[in-house]
Amino acid sequence: MNRIEAAFRRLKGLGGKAFIPYIMAGDPSLEATEEKVLLLEKCGADIVELGVPFTDPLADGPTIQRAAERALRAGVTLTRVIGLVGQLRQKSAVPLVLMTYYNPVFRYGIERFVGDASNAGVDGLIVPDLPPDEAADLIRFSKRKGLATIFLLAPTSTGERMQKVAKASTGFIYYVSMTGITGSALSVNDSLRESIAAVRAMTRKPVAVGFGISNPGEAKDIAELADGVIVGSAIVKRLHESPRSLEEFLCGLRKAI
Amino acid sequence: MPETLMPALLELEKVYLDSRKDREFRKELAHLAKTYIGRPTPLYFAKRLTEQLGGAKLYFKREDLAHTGAHKINNALGQALLAERMGKKRVIAETGAGQHGVATATGAAFTGLECEIYMGSVDMKRQGLNVFRMKLLGARVREVSIGSQTLKDAINEALRDWTTNVRTTHYVMGTVFGPHPFPLIVRDFQSVIGAETRKQVVEAEGRLPSCLIACVGGGSNAMGLFSAFLKDKVAMIGVEAGGRGIESGEHAARFAGGSLGVFQGTKTYLLQDDAGNILGTHSVSAGLDYAAVGPEHPYLRDIGRVRYTYATDDEALSAFELLSRTEGIIPALESSHAVAEAVKLAPKMGRDEIIVVNLSGRGDKDVQQVAAIKGIGLQAE
Repeated sequence: MNRIEAAFRRLKGLGGKAFIPYIMAGDPSLEATEEKVLLLEKCGADIVELGVPFTDPLADGPTIQRAAERALRAGVTLTRVIGLVGQLRQKSAVPLVLMTYYNPVFRYGIERFVGDASNAGVDGLIVPDLPPDEAADLIRFSKRKGLATIFLLAPTSTGERMQKVAKASTGFIYYVSMTGITGSALSVNDSLRESIAAVRAMTRKPVAVGFGISNPGEAKDIAELADGVIVGSAIVKRLHESPRSLEEFLCGLRKAI
Repeated sequence: MPETLMPALLELEKVYLDSRKDREFRKELAHLAKTYIGRPTPLYFAKRLTEQLGGAKLYFKREDLAHTGAHKINNALGQALLAERMGKKRVIAETGAGQHGVATATGAAFTGLECEIYMGSVDMKRQGLNVFRMKLLGARVREVSIGSQTLKDAINEALRDWTTNVRTTHYVMGTVFGPHPFPLIVRDFQSVIGAETRKQVVEAEGRLPSCLIACVGGGSNAMGLFSAFLKDKVAMIGVEAGGRGIESGEHAARFAGGSLGVFQGTKTYLLQDDAGNILGTHSVSAGLDYAAVGPEHPYLRDIGRVRYTYATDDEALSAFELLSRTEGIIPALESSHAVAEAVKLAPKMGRDEIIVVNLSGRGDKDVQQVAAIKGIGLQAE
């Protein structure tokens, strides 16, 4: 069984929810990222999302855009992020998901990428600018290698698209909390509650919610609605601006979820 | 494309395909083309330049005479009507040279829609006149100061805005680029250029031209002209921005220096590095200064239908001055790239052959920048 599925199965047995932090690989260096992944695991992360820097991250807000710029300046590429995962696997068994835009994958070669990522110990893929409609190759190769393909659902998704995304997703389904980009302000309201409930009613696959969750209070609210809580920009920002307070922040999130 | 935008793209495709079949919609558009845009634009025989070059007869399709000064209005007005049909309250757009921004602001003023235009800081500096025009037309101009601060980043920001406001907003893509159905919609709205040219050249010469030349940034003026001649024995040349030369790495010639990739919702030729990151570009012309090209162009190249070449900054600037002095027409720096290719090609062709160059826009917007390049101050002391 894939490490991601195993994590959700274990949590279900305990009645717990998944804490899924995101950090940008190579911000400010790959060595620092290696340390931070181990810290995330120590602080109770169930799954870790590793961002791959890209010059034109059109689904991301300014916090993650700038983190990507810093990582690119440090010379970080998709190849080097896969190398980092290989190194991490000697020290950690935490499920790892790569979040990368499509062009680096396309350029790498889809089949070769899936093979190399899987051999290095990557467990799942999120490609935010690739809807399942265009992902036949990525899905086919990933299935062969046991790599989870995690697709996104948004508040604008129609019923038909919800079915399509749910069918194509393995590991979990990523529900985008708002019509917007990463790091925008979130409001946990009835419409969000209803939307998440509608997705969960439609599928037995785990549903994790991300975008805009920036503090333990919001994390707690979301944990009551979904199977997992994804926190990105808030962690990336803290890691950059006040790295010393990161551990305390992570512990607060873990407790809340 | 992000999932958030997928339903809007599917809706847009449906509304557009319905509108295209709708006689009322077509009638309204044709009426506005005539009474508001000023179509048909003339096909002009450049007698003096033809004599000077001593080869093929040169004709110019005068899109520079369309309302707002470029072909961009053909598409912007069409999409403003689509936005109205979809009940959207607001339109947004990206702009490089500012011509599409001005055209969209014009379409928005015409339909009474709220309008915001994204433009890179670098482009705002070199196209200051168009920035002020957009403001006069009631649009808000949002400066994009991240990344390369040119067209590519303006598109990213416009897509982020669209992702956030998709329920109330229509994104008026300015060229034959981006996710389906944009390349189709923009090509269709621009195909009026080719349809008119075909009729006009037959009226003037009794036959089709030997060759068509158009500049290619995203490639909408070229697709508009080429689309009416694809099945004929007419040669076609697309001219990209050669910047400071291909060897220098400072250019926007995707066919000469690029490779296949997927970017901003399109599979096409890109200027990218080995890791799939998008490279910076350079061109004297803001409208051609872009790392990718509309997806139908690589297709036309691969099937051998259209040949793609480039003109450098210097060649374009020479053509800009040559056309101004010889014909009394100041062309946009974008269109000057097409003129530069005609200047190279015409002397090698027979006097009985005909070249049609798409003069996609007028150069008033570029006068300040060209003066600065030549070291001439325009401000009164």
